[in-house]
Amino acid sequence: MVIPVLIGVSIIVFCLLRVFAPDPAPIVLGEHATAASMKAWRDSQGLNKPVVTQYVNYMKGVFHGDLGYSYYTNTKVTDEIMARFPATIELAITAIIFASIFGIILGVIAAVKKNSIFDAASTLIALVGVSIPIFWLGILLMMIFCGPSTHIFPAGGRITPLMDPTHITGLYTLDSLFTGNWAAFKDAVWHLVLPSFTLGMYSMAIITRITRSTMLDSLNQDYVRTARAKGIREVMVVMKHALRNSMIPVTTVIGLQFGALLGGALLTESVFSWPGIGKFTVDCILKSDFPIVQGIVLLIAAIFVLVNLAADIAYAFLDPRIRYTSKKEE
Amino acid sequence: MAKNRKDKIGELMTEAQHNEASAPPETAADPRVETETALTKNVVGDETLAEKPENQWVEMWRSLLANKAATISLFLILFIVLVAIFVPMFMPKTPTTNPVNSKIMLYNPTVTNMSAVRQPPNAKHWFGTDDLGMDIFSRVIAGARVSLSVGVIAVAIALALGVTVGAVAGYIGGWLDTVLMRFMDMMLAVPSILLAITLMAVLGKGIDKAVIAISLVYVPEYARIVRSTILSIKENDYIAAARLTGDSQSRIIFRHVLPNTLSVIIVRATLGISGAILDTAALGFLGMGVQPPQAEWGAMLGWARGYIFQCPWMLIFPGMAITLSVLAFNLLGDGLRDAFDPKARVK
Repeated sequence: MVIPVLIGVSIIVFCLLRVFAPDPAPIVLGEHATAASMKAWRDSQGLNKPVVTQYVNYMKGVFHGDLGYSYYTNTKVTDEIMARFPATIELAITAIIFASIFGIILGVIAAVKKNSIFDAASTLIALVGVSIPIFWLGILLMMIFCGPSTHIFPAGGRITPLMDPTHITGLYTLDSLFTGNWAAFKDAVWHLVLPSFTLGMYSMAIITRITRSTMLDSLNQDYVRTARAKGIREVMVVMKHALRNSMIPVTTVIGLQFGALLGGALLTESVFSWPGIGKFTVDCILKSDFPIVQGIVLLIAAIFVLVNLAADIAYAFLDPRIRYTSKKEE
Repeated sequence: MAKNRKDKIGELMTEAQHNEASAPPETAADPRVETETALTKNVVGDETLAEKPENQWVEMWRSLLANKAATISLFLILFIVLVAIFVPMFMPKTPTTNPVNSKIMLYNPTVTNMSAVRQPPNAKHWFGTDDLGMDIFSRVIAGARVSLSVGVIAVAIALALGVTVGAVAGYIGGWLDTVLMRFMDMMLAVPSILLAITLMAVLGKGIDKAVIAISLVYVPEYARIVRSTILSIKENDYIAAARLTGDSQSRIIFRHVLPNTLSVIIVRATLGISGAILDTAALGFLGMGVQPPQAEWGAMLGWARGYIFQCPWMLIFPGMAITLSVLAFNLLGDGLRDAFDPKARVK
């Protein structure tokens, strides 16, 4: 299923950008380009060939790890993307970790203390989380924490200039840890706080909701009553019996949210001048650098499909019924 | 049995049309008309309900009003809609800041005034002015019109396309189902905002293009929901009965199957409007939606970003407008979902 969906996505994006989109030549070459120079440019990019031939050539490249060249810089699309991709991944992973931890905690508290003030508070947080525009949340946080008077967090970027750690993975937090560069590590984490909170807020709200409703469901199950009747401590009942069984739908949602996060990264990166692929995509679309846009859409679709596949596989590990060995306590 | 159900669907449909045309409580005029359709009496409720057969739509409406959050959101939406429709009518036509023909909306939202730039909120400019001296209060109101109409139109288009695709795929099935749904899966594999801006690259900038882009992005969601609902409805007796009486496929789809998916669709559409408002604002924020000087909440935020620390009012009010309207539609959608679900009804 993974490969056909990705090929389908590549066909859709290719058709959109090469067939239906306006001719990029006048935008790339500038208003004063002559018809002859535009034709020469199109020839050099292979844009005058039949669309099917163009697509076949493109896909041949894709299978060899070649996504073409940027219209502007003439560098490889893969290089352009890889230069920025780690920044986005670092942001997205931090955001999803934040969203999962707080979402599950809030959801569990809301379910266990149903109809209490905690429940109301977590419902309110979840409601605001899905309603607030991600870019406005970012702007508000910046206003509060990065103003000239407060200045608790840096107002943008990944790291203070000249502090970049040696590149190993491209994830600054990991790189600085590997090289033992504590100053850089602290700085990178400091830069991550607001953007990942902003990006994770929506997912956190969704995860809170789903955790609450599935927890309410499993807390009413017979096996929970049995566990309580056996005198197991309430914490263990909630954590082991109810939460474990609620994790399956929650994992699906976390998987789906990771894909959505990559979309949200587009806006978050724009607000916090985060040098990732999200902001880059917007820039490339505005200047019609289509090979890069194609590459990024394909990459994000691939991640999305793979993460969902991983969530499917994770079921087996999370579903207690699939385990036959190492039964403790029960 | 099948006949009864069929009648009931018919009644539900006319009821639905009724509900849209007039205030729903009035449709409760004579609940006894429904007697024959009530197969079981409601004996669990209080005594007043015990004898009366239930009218689904009245029940639903009552349950919705019993939900405080949903009621508040309903009034909020009504307020925003009224403001969006009527207040701009009083907008001064002439490029002047001191009109005689208007007491409600004192400033034209697209007229600049270089002698009043970046003023903080004050008695004359309730929400302050922006870097070109445009009145932010007027612009937020003008923006309500843009956001609401884009939201509603985009969802309407998406619904029309999505319901058609979903109904055809779910009802006819076979290879057509496979092809259509695989295509929808491919669209869903790309995050909606990324798909929307890619479509904007194809269509060009502008609010009309944004409507098309946003509506296309939402098609797969509706198609999937309608399809899965239809798959579960399709096997019911009354569909088989309709087929036996010789109804055409399109008649069965539109007359018998779709009305039963109505509740699901209404809930999704309400939530969809909030999504569409958010996406419009996002496109505007990225500079791809409404073009200046026309007022739109997202575009106002994108434009004012440079003044984040000097003039926070330029960013606070448009953002609040987006959040409030999205919140209202989300609450209403949740309320409708509970109201449509007999098990979750607030009594």
